[in-house]
Amino acid sequence: MTTLPIEAGLQQERDITSVLHGWVTTVDHKRIGILYMLATLLFFGVGGIEALVMRWQLAKPQAGVVGPDAFNQLFTMHGTTMIFFVVMPMVLGAFGNYLIPLMIGARDMAFPRLNAMSFWLFLFGGLLTYFSFIAGGAPSIGWFAYAPLTEYAFSRGTSTDYWILGLLVAGIGTVAGAINLVTTILTMRAPGMKLSMVPLFVWIMLIDAFLVVFALPPLTAAQIMLLLDRMLGAHFFDTNAGGSALLWQHLFWFFGHPEVYIMVLPAFGIISELVPVFSRKVIFGYESVALATLAIGFISFGVWAHHMFAVGMSSTLDSIFAGVSLLIAVPTGIKIFNWVATLYGGRIRLATPMLFALGFLAMFVIGGLTGIMLACVPFDWQVTDSYFVVGHFHWVAFGGIVLAVMGGVYYWFPKATGRMLSERMGRWHFWLLFIGFLLTFGPMHAAGLLGMPRRVYTYLPGRGWEIWNLLSTIGAFVLGVGFAIFFVNLFVSLARGAPAGDDPWDAWTLEWATTSPPPAYNFEKIPVVRSRRPLWDLKHPDDPDWKHE
Amino acid sequence: MVQRHRHHQCHRLAALLSPIAFVLVAAQSVFAANLSTLDPAGPASESILNLLMLVTAISAVIFVAVIGTLIYCIVRFRETSAQANSEPPQLYGSAPIETAWTVGPILIVFVLALVIVRTVVEARQADPQTGAMTVRVIGHQWWWEYVYPDQSVVTANEMHVPVSSPNARRPIHLRLESADVIHSFWAPRLAGKTDMIPGHPNDMWFEATQPGVFHGQCAEYCGSQHANMLIRVVAESPAEFEQWLAAQRNPAVDTPAVAAGREVFFTRTCSNCHAIRGTSATGTVGPDLTHLMSRQTIAAAEIPNDRKNLAAWLADPGAMKPSCRMPDLKLSPAQIDSLVSYLETLR
Repeated sequence: MTTLPIEAGLQQERDITSVLHGWVTTVDHKRIGILYMLATLLFFGVGGIEALVMRWQLAKPQAGVVGPDAFNQLFTMHGTTMIFFVVMPMVLGAFGNYLIPLMIGARDMAFPRLNAMSFWLFLFGGLLTYFSFIAGGAPSIGWFAYAPLTEYAFSRGTSTDYWILGLLVAGIGTVAGAINLVTTILTMRAPGMKLSMVPLFVWIMLIDAFLVVFALPPLTAAQIMLLLDRMLGAHFFDTNAGGSALLWQHLFWFFGHPEVYIMVLPAFGIISELVPVFSRKVIFGYESVALATLAIGFISFGVWAHHMFAVGMSSTLDSIFAGVSLLIAVPTGIKIFNWVATLYGGRIRLATPMLFALGFLAMFVIGGLTGIMLACVPFDWQVTDSYFVVGHFHWVAFGGIVLAVMGGVYYWFPKATGRMLSERMGRWHFWLLFIGFLLTFGPMHAAGLLGMPRRVYTYLPGRGWEIWNLLSTIGAFVLGVGFAIFFVNLFVSLARGAPAGDDPWDAWTLEWATTSPPPAYNFEKIPVVRSRRPLWDLKHPDDPDWKHE
Repeated sequence: MVQRHRHHQCHRLAALLSPIAFVLVAAQSVFAANLSTLDPAGPASESILNLLMLVTAISAVIFVAVIGTLIYCIVRFRETSAQANSEPPQLYGSAPIETAWTVGPILIVFVLALVIVRTVVEARQADPQTGAMTVRVIGHQWWWEYVYPDQSVVTANEMHVPVSSPNARRPIHLRLESADVIHSFWAPRLAGKTDMIPGHPNDMWFEATQPGVFHGQCAEYCGSQHANMLIRVVAESPAEFEQWLAAQRNPAVDTPAVAAGREVFFTRTCSNCHAIRGTSATGTVGPDLTHLMSRQTIAAAEIPNDRKNLAAWLADPGAMKPSCRMPDLKLSPAQIDSLVSYLETLR
């Protein structure tokens, strides 16, 4: 093509436009993955600031930082944002999208344009939900939006409708993305790569995507019913007209508990990649990790009513849901044992990704144990809807998901950008997060045991909660500093980080067999795979994995 | 008594086993007010604390074992510079080991499940189906209505119950209802919480084994003032309780000296929402005011019930409790003054 002699300024303007145009119209899974990552990091910043404002308000009793309505909007938007616009799109959209085709030796996702549609639906779903702030106030119904508080009689205005519509739109994108992942994993693997040979991250994402396909529709149905109640005077959840408040809870938690695993399984996947590479050992018990994931996937659909032990179910139902909830500890425990066994006898490299992975292991054990405590029904009667539960699920969500995801970012950032993140800032980031995390969420357990309910915008002095809340608030701001360092690290390393090379961690999965960043077509030549660690086979032709599998 | 003693021994043993719970118990004795789950004042909350001690002890053992192994691995198997260019032996798995750590947790889970089923069944069986005094608790945005159907008493925000003793047990049966959205009744020292769901009445039982004012608050998010929907359960000796009941049963006295305030009450729409038995005020939207001054607090918010606060409340309810349902009636200071004088006669 010949370049026309045009003005330099116009040329530059066209360049920027065409770059933007390229990103907006892209169907490349890697670019879409990066778009997901940027959008979720933006939402993460917003959700984090919402949390900090809440902690500032709760630092002392009867503080006046924000009023009740603002506070109630903040916790609704914090929960909604972190679950629907940060964790789920980050693990499925950013990590899943970016890594899965690379890991299975494919050139792209099965449905590239559907992939782009998923992203834009998610982004606009998020923006639609946030538009409520401009359109008269954000929703103040809590992220699980219990009826009948969500009925028009109690939630006037349009904020609840924005919540419903925003999540509906994003949810369609999420289901489409999950179908795309399932199809890609089942049909696009490199020659020779059997389903029993895909990296554990891919295995786990396959099950995760199935969970999305089965768990999201009940939420969508419930939200449409709620919309009918609000817009057309239907009475599904309108208790004044004979509707059922519990119907919403059952539908919501039938989505809501698998959702917990939809968010945490990808973290297990990331850990299952990081722990072997930084222990320099093959994962101990590939099959049992994969099978345990399958078991978690199945069992996760049978535990939803453990969110409802206080609604007055029968002893039989209470016992069944408690038993099944305990049962899920078995496959989860198996995974933890497998990871620890992978460490055993290894040569552990404490690079930043591994620090996060080890932090995950320690914290997830504690979150799992408080989960077992909560499955003890009578104890749950005391602490459900108290700060103990807030401490528990943040222990899993932050100590589990966030630490694993951060480890994943440090691990794959070099692949996506061609540059290493700073190890020095990475260490600061890790330790501030770790200490801030303990300080923020540990005291919440104590506050809950001392009788503090969740979702209160203020509390009276003299109830024994002051010290625990103050500690939590201090911890939250330590977390804030940690994340500030993380964002600085991202920007600085993107501009000036050390060149990564193709395979900076001496790893074993296919994404490290191509350049960093990979070309649009991923691999010049689609590799032929004989084992679970194709790059190990290349690096150790004398002792390849396929001899042992 | 024997059973109680055994409970205490079990409790002490478990506490010794579990340092975490121990620290919490110590901490709560320093800081806690009258709403700690760790300081039970009735059999319902006490059995839950025993269960907590047991699972905390089991969890602590698992925690120490797993975290100990983890730390050992990190310390023992950290890479040294001499090893940098070689790989350790690759271990792909081990069927016996993996079977062992599958079966082990299954056994622990099985035992725990049995314990839970037993405690659930016991907790429900311990609920006395007969002989308990029934109190209807009706949750409103954002206050509590207490109806004693067999005693013909209606009150608000402060529930009175008799203390239960081994010789004269006085179990309380709560019939939990809601007038609007979901609330949840939680007085931690007495019992766990039970949700109050419109169209789905629930039951719970408790006994207070010591006198005192037991605090708590709504535990299910119910809108703007969820945080200020506070519970006070006043447990008093059976004799004091009977006295209180007798006083509550009476209609309001009519004191001629406060006729001006009474006039304000009945001309300024107060009676649309509030009831005062013995008068024409029969509203059911807000709290029953027949014996307003027998309550220590107002607005379900632990605001001391005195002349100053009543006046401030009437002048601008939203200032004391933002977005509360009681409107500002734009009363003049003189009207407020006489109205408060009238309210003060409602003893």
